[in-house]
Amino acid sequence: MNWVVFAILALLALTAVTVARLRQLWAAVMFTGIYSFLSASWMMILDAPDVAFTEAAVGAGISTVLMLSTLALTGEQEQPTKRSPIVPLLVVLVTGGALIYGTLDMPHYGDPNAVVHQHPDPSFVERSLDDMHGLPNVVTALLASYRGYDTLGETTVVLTAGIAVLLILRRDEMERPAIANRAKRRRRKANA
Amino acid sequence: MIKFPIIRVITKLLIPYILLFAFYVQFHGDYGPGGGFQAGVIFASALILYGLVFGLDAIKRVAPPIVIEKLMAIGVLVYAGTGFATMMLGGNFLDYDVLEHSFNHKYLPGGQHLGIFLVEVGVGITVTSVMTMIFYAFASRSRFV
Repeated sequence: MNWVVFAILALLALTAVTVARLRQLWAAVMFTGIYSFLSASWMMILDAPDVAFTEAAVGAGISTVLMLSTLALTGEQEQPTKRSPIVPLLVVLVTGGALIYGTLDMPHYGDPNAVVHQHPDPSFVERSLDDMHGLPNVVTALLASYRGYDTLGETTVVLTAGIAVLLILRRDEMERPAIANRAKRRRRKANA
Repeated sequence: MIKFPIIRVITKLLIPYILLFAFYVQFHGDYGPGGGFQAGVIFASALILYGLVFGLDAIKRVAPPIVIEKLMAIGVLVYAGTGFATMMLGGNFLDYDVLEHSFNHKYLPGGQHLGIFLVEVGVGITVTSVMTMIFYAFASRSRFV
């Protein structure tokens, strides 16, 4: 099992470097799809099938389609940069170093003494089967019941994002045939 | 629209199973892995696949934008409405325990199960329609589809 983890992580790193180096945007979009599939497989290894579903459907499926349709609107070739890459490289190195320094304080993977496994005592894992009257999926119970407010907020965020995309990208006469027809009818009535 | 017959036939074969899997993830989410968000994106990806292969006009006949844009808000309303229903029945907002003895037990699950079910349906509706609507917004601007 260990070598599978190493192979997937190595492939993830390779794909990320390839995406950064590619100038052909069409190929880069395909590589981001591959990256999403690899992360979905890795999440399966981490026993998170919910996240793997989402990653495979959104990351590899929907966002790849949206990127491709964006490329159809813009262009397939990235313009070569003229400025020197030293300052961005420095920013990336400092940020990456800070992030790695931050992970040093984190508990080890699966550590039973980690704070998240100690805090609600008895933990949700032990409580939920009784609280939920026998629903076995703790993840769903946490998301929809214990943390119901949060999920309501998240759903509202999804709605807000959709509205924002529509406000920016929508073309009225194509998307709203009903309103266009109503306007046409009104105009016809005014003429008659 | 794609003219290759193999892609069209395989897509037609696959779409019912993708939709069925989306429903399974939605309604089995209380027992197995999954839930509203996962089911929503899987359902939307089936719709988007149909749109990619058979064209924007075909998918707009199946899922008219005027309906989809209403569903975006209806999903959130179902979620928040569940919360208000529990308040009407005398509990706190989204306190599903008060649903336990309020409905016919023969046909409906009770309590937490019913609450989680309704809430997940709301999430699923919103996510499906938002993803489909974003696809419409992108695709109707480009000649990609």
